[in-house]
Amino acid sequence: MTQAPIAKAHVRCELNGQPVEFLADQHMSLLEALREVLDMTGTKEGCNDGNCGACTVTMDGRIVDSCLVLAPEADGRRLETIEGVAPPGGLHPLQQAFLEEAALQCGICTPGFLVAAKALLEREPAADEHRIRHWLAGNLCRCTGYDKIVRAVLRAEAEQPKPRARRSGTA
Amino acid sequence: MTSKTEPKRKFRVVGTRPIRHDGWDKVLGRAAYGADVKLPGLVHGAVLRSPHAHARIVKIDTAKAEKAPGVLAVMTAADMPVAASQVLDLGEEVTNATYASDRVMARAKAVYNGHPVAAVAAVDLNTALEALTLIDVVYEVLTPVVTIEQAMAPGAPLVHDDLVGDDIGERVEHTNVAEHIRYEVGDPEAGFAEASTIVELECRLSRAHQGYIEPQTATAFWSQDGKLTVWTSTQASFGQRDALAGVLMRPVSSIKVVPMEIGGGFGGKIGIYLEPLAAVLSRKCGRPVKLVMERRAVFDATGPAPGGIVRVKMGVDDKGLITAATADIRYGAGAYPGAQINPASVCVFASYRIANARVDGYDIVINLSKTSAYRAPGAPQATFATETVVDEICRRIGMDPAEFRLLNASKEGDRRVDGPAFPRIGNVEVVEAIKGSAHYRSKLGPASSPAKKRGRGMASGFWQGIGGKSTVTISVNNDGVVSLIEGSVDIGGTRASIAMQAAEVLGIAAEDVHPSVVDTDSIGHTDLTAGSRTTYATGAAAIKAAEQVVEEMKNRAALAWETDAGNVRFEDGVFSNAVAKGQRLTFKELSGKLGATGGQISTTGVVNLRGSGGGSFAAHLVDVEVDTETGKVEILRYTAAQDAGKAVHPAYVEGQMEGGAVQGIGWALNEEYVVGDDGVMQNASFLDYRMPTTLDVPTIETIIVEVPNERHPFGVRGIGETGIVPPMPAISNALRDALGVRLTELPMKPGRIMAALKAQAAS
Amino acid sequence: MPTVFIAMPLRRFTGGQATVQVPGATLREVVENLEVSFPGVKARLVDEDDPDKLPPGLSAIVDGEATVLGLRQPLEPDSEVHFLPAIAGGADAP
Repeated sequence: MTQAPIAKAHVRCELNGQPVEFLADQHMSLLEALREVLDMTGTKEGCNDGNCGACTVTMDGRIVDSCLVLAPEADGRRLETIEGVAPPGGLHPLQQAFLEEAALQCGICTPGFLVAAKALLEREPAADEHRIRHWLAGNLCRCTGYDKIVRAVLRAEAEQPKPRARRSGTA
Repeated sequence: MTSKTEPKRKFRVVGTRPIRHDGWDKVLGRAAYGADVKLPGLVHGAVLRSPHAHARIVKIDTAKAEKAPGVLAVMTAADMPVAASQVLDLGEEVTNATYASDRVMARAKAVYNGHPVAAVAAVDLNTALEALTLIDVVYEVLTPVVTIEQAMAPGAPLVHDDLVGDDIGERVEHTNVAEHIRYEVGDPEAGFAEASTIVELECRLSRAHQGYIEPQTATAFWSQDGKLTVWTSTQASFGQRDALAGVLMRPVSSIKVVPMEIGGGFGGKIGIYLEPLAAVLSRKCGRPVKLVMERRAVFDATGPAPGGIVRVKMGVDDKGLITAATADIRYGAGAYPGAQINPASVCVFASYRIANARVDGYDIVINLSKTSAYRAPGAPQATFATETVVDEICRRIGMDPAEFRLLNASKEGDRRVDGPAFPRIGNVEVVEAIKGSAHYRSKLGPASSPAKKRGRGMASGFWQGIGGKSTVTISVNNDGVVSLIEGSVDIGGTRASIAMQAAEVLGIAAEDVHPSVVDTDSIGHTDLTAGSRTTYATGAAAIKAAEQVVEEMKNRAALAWETDAGNVRFEDGVFSNAVAKGQRLTFKELSGKLGATGGQISTTGVVNLRGSGGGSFAAHLVDVEVDTETGKVEILRYTAAQDAGKAVHPAYVEGQMEGGAVQGIGWALNEEYVVGDDGVMQNASFLDYRMPTTLDVPTIETIIVEVPNERHPFGVRGIGETGIVPPMPAISNALRDALGVRLTELPMKPGRIMAALKAQAAS
Repeated sequence: MPTVFIAMPLRRFTGGQATVQVPGATLREVVENLEVSFPGVKARLVDEDDPDKLPPGLSAIVDGEATVLGLRQPLEPDSEVHFLPAIAGGADAP
């Protein structure tokens, strides 16, 4: 307790399309800032060491484990969390597909899976099952055995409007 | 006993796949789990844990921590009330309460690595964590007892000096064997003498963690008026209330447990861990206190499934009929007794009709965290031995594994090894379902490279489940929608499966039942969400409440039509007057008339079900491909068949089967506690405790078998647990098929497979 | 007359007998009659603090189902009674 107090970082970023600014301890993780400072508790803590994916958010469109990102690193970045996945008043096709395919049981990993899957579909709208499984391998789910999650992502992919879809065959 | 013929009932809601009621909150990130609790004045706590698996606590000095800026309260076991009673009363129940108290915070001795020794509440988490470093604990390190062999060796160090063991009814002092139980039927020795083939295997299993993604968490506020409220992630809100009352020595009615959404449990979130610590810290500082467990502590200091040593011997005659079987089951309970040796003993031979059998179970304390329930607690480890022995027998006598199981399957009227006879069960039906599956009839196909080999394996499994107490309240709104209040925590879709059973009775859509899970002050006693009981027992309570609604609605229709209640019929959601054609009211229409016919209707269904109605059987089939150069195993195809009695929401029944199978695949191939001689787990993270990912498992093909449960109005069976029982032996059997070697130690990780191949090549 | 299955730890009271026929219209009567034939057995089947209850951790299975009435459980003349460790089924001591 002898170290001198370090000034808090002033962080300005875009969060789910809105500009936000907040103060964070220099060593505070982005996960802690989201949950404790910004009251965005949809992002979950499962391990706090980057191994479960429950805290997945996107930073400038890339998925990151928010427990491994320092809050000050978010300065100037564009963040999206589970709270930003749905359009106002509705559901994202992935969210709808998760409901219809019973792709969640306890639901604690669901926000991380949805954020990660959305990033995949935006990047690769025609990802096949193997690619989906590969992409989601950083997200642990202990309830479902994964199959219904993979089915839900495939279903959302099939139902998502894709102006430049490279898929062939039936939709 | 003869099986009743079930009247074929037509269902309108049960058996369909509506969207679960809590789904929207969960896909939108709005569902509030334990760690999401926010309260005015909330402060944060942290727990100091023993770095030693076995150590006498000589001294704890908290003075510096108490004076640190921002620190609001510091506690040790001295702040827990049970200490005083410990020496005053040594009756059995108080001893248990002492263990329960000791487990959450060490008193004289730390008996597992990660055992809490002190806790701090502070203005924020970092201040609390800093304060932990200011607490000075002086330990006298003792020799830890880590393995079952060490614990049972003559002259072994004692985990508890005062533990009195029970050896089939005889008291034993100075022991680490808390209990030795035995079941025996017939004459096993005579049975073995009749056998033409006898196989015996000894299997070794690591302890394995439930691996729920949400760590334990608890928030408590102990008000000045003596009322304690606890917000927590639990499978057992009433059980937690009772346990807290015991440990804190408070009346149950002074405690309210608010179950938050729960991020997985699988049996691991039944007991109390952080709750009493948060409560005591709150009492000391007068503020609500939140504790969230770190993942390392979840592995070190919560209750995984026990590891152990299981030896099974089985004999068959020349027709393939089992003549005798014995089992010796030794589980490491962890630092306090209670390793589920009894359910293990009941389940070990449950899939088979065996006239001569003996089962010995040993509950052994060791210096690791106390184990707890994990999905079919005790059954997977014991069944691993039985099902691998059965597979070896099939190979020796040249019999198809499905045929062997059908020939020897336990059926209605057959006695379990512990005595009671099975009611109507679906053991034969699940084996037939596997035998009839496309998977079973398919060819294995050639391996993908010369260094790889393929194999197929089958295994059976059983879990009995429980009945117990549940309460459900239904209130009818004037728009025809009903609210359903329940005390069962929803861990995987039970709001839906319970609401659907009420909707079935009321003749309305599942969406027109609005279920809520409430706290312990807001509903009658409801037993835990575990034991595969929730859809079965709380569903039965919902049916009872809904039937009372229908009866009262009939009275109201009679009032509205000025007729006798006996003339009112109710069918397919429509009330009608048998003596006046044309007088019809739907449930919705009649709901709108309740205000004018005596007021709104609210009913409560209370059940206390005697048992589960026979339990749920499963059979699994798996194809594997093994790389003989690396020992890596790939699961190529997996099929699970299980008896659901009647699947209320088939998608969530499949979900339980798929999730159970994948947990079993993890336990089979990767998951283990790597524990050093010092009793410290060396792989306490999700990186090193390797649970299956999307890439490690294929689609789990599911076959739902429906053999109605005679004890439930709709025939429902509890299905949550059985799915984890068959995977480990099924995979061992598939590896045996692929490689010609028998893996008897879990997990069957690459190193063990390579060692087995090396031994095979040398012999 | 009801049939009582004697669990292993109690067989030393019954001289090794695995099942015994005992008269009784309730579980309590059966236990009392067991005690007459096999002195000492009652102390293992009744809670020392509450004569209406089974001891903690023990359950009575009557005709295949756990009783919820304790020693007050009525029995049929052909009832089958097992005294077995309570299976918490996923449950756990606190």
